[in-house]
Amino acid sequence: MLSVLQEMLSYTFIVRAILVGTLVALCSALLGVSLILKRYSMIGDGLSHVAFGALTIAVALNLTPLYVSIPVVIISAIALLKISKTNKINGDAAIAIISTVSIAIGIITTSLSQGLNTDVFSYMFGSILAMSQIDVYISVILSILVLALFLIFYNKIFAVTFDENFAKATGVKTNLYNTVIAILTAITIVVGMRIMGTMLISSLIIFPALTSMKIVKTFRNVIICSAIISVFCFFFGIVFSYVFSIPTGASIVVVNAFVFIMFSIANTVSRKI
Amino acid sequence: MKQLECRNVCVNYENTEAVKDVSFSVEEGDYICIVGENGSGKSTLLKAILGLEPIKFGKIKFGENVSKKDIGYLPQQSIIQKDFPASIWEVVLSGCLNNKGIHPFYSKKEKQKAEENINKLGLNDIKYKSYQELSGGQRQRVLLARALCATKKILLLDEPIAGLDPKVTKEMYKIIKKINQEGITIIMVSHDIRFALKNANKILHIRTKKEFFGLTEDYVKSDIGKTFIGGGEDA
Repeated sequence: MLSVLQEMLSYTFIVRAILVGTLVALCSALLGVSLILKRYSMIGDGLSHVAFGALTIAVALNLTPLYVSIPVVIISAIALLKISKTNKINGDAAIAIISTVSIAIGIITTSLSQGLNTDVFSYMFGSILAMSQIDVYISVILSILVLALFLIFYNKIFAVTFDENFAKATGVKTNLYNTVIAILTAITIVVGMRIMGTMLISSLIIFPALTSMKIVKTFRNVIICSAIISVFCFFFGIVFSYVFSIPTGASIVVVNAFVFIMFSIANTVSRKI
Repeated sequence: MKQLECRNVCVNYENTEAVKDVSFSVEEGDYICIVGENGSGKSTLLKAILGLEPIKFGKIKFGENVSKKDIGYLPQQSIIQKDFPASIWEVVLSGCLNNKGIHPFYSKKEKQKAEENINKLGLNDIKYKSYQELSGGQRQRVLLARALCATKKILLLDEPIAGLDPKVTKEMYKIIKKINQEGITIIMVSHDIRFALKNANKILHIRTKKEFFGLTEDYVKSDIGKTFIGGGEDA
């Protein structure tokens, strides 16, 4: 094990991926708790598809992908939150429509410009080779920003997650804090999808929170527990991906799924005793 | 002193007229029960007062010294997810949020307030227990403690005793009465007409439109009151 680690760390691109990935794993674990409890899991999924569309356009226009996708995804996140609140269109359906349209736009853009090259493929399924040094700097700064803002808004995020109506009725600015959650989620998804890929990033948000809710029962502990689980799964996922030469994103998802099943079994067993 | 005034309030709920042309006012220290049959618009009116349902027409105005930050609210329990992972302490403390502005963390004073309200409702021994593991009555007390953290002047309650057993119900009413005696105005939506008559000083009876608003003793003598109380006792 140790020698494998040593070997891995001798590659700069793996060190970069571990650095960015750990931070993204932390961000997504924290936000995931709130998103799941607010029944917004699908928003994360929808946003990753929007990010894909934005990235392909950026690549076609020869722009830095992060600069284009972050504002686009932030705007979509705020829009999706608004849509899911109004009852006029079914929220779920609206998200599904936006997801598929984004993917469609992405595919058309690529086929019109240069065809499905490795770049686009890596956005779809994730790649730890995809990150340049600039990407790493931006990703690290953005993730730290997300973590800091999450801590600062922690109590407010709890309040709007637990009972938004109460918070609103007693004069708390719930719209503002929902927007904060949306923006933080958007940033996390854009940064994380380089490693995880469009198709898999939402599992990074959903799994750790869901897993920790199986065994811990207070909000703070769920947050702490899912942060630990997320980083743990990310790390072992990337190690397995190296050892068995399998795609990193998929490997991380499978480790997450395994831990989830273990925790579910532990939960069932402990209840029966 | 007038704390709240509703003038000709109309509210639509899912495209039907739920509340129509209701006017009444609330004085400091009042204990008002909003009564009426199922689907008569009681909860919708309460939500409109809280700003959770948009009003179609009319005006809801708080008194000069009252803002939303002086309000506590006990929602219908079914609205909150029963499987939410949160300790009692976390839930009650979140009630203090409305008065803290931009400061990110709770101060000693706010923690003290949460502690006091937890004690007041007899939750001290279980304050680190998870909300998921509580009984209906305990949950209701937790939400009431949270509402007390949020309020300084008015407490609005939506069916606070729905689904509680008789013993817990009685206890709940006792606590609410005590809160009122400590100077907090109570506005409560209730099914339970007998307890309403016993505790409230004023009754607002609505059936989409306002049927009666006034002192409890006048309500008992009114025609609408007589009919409704009669019906309530039969049930």
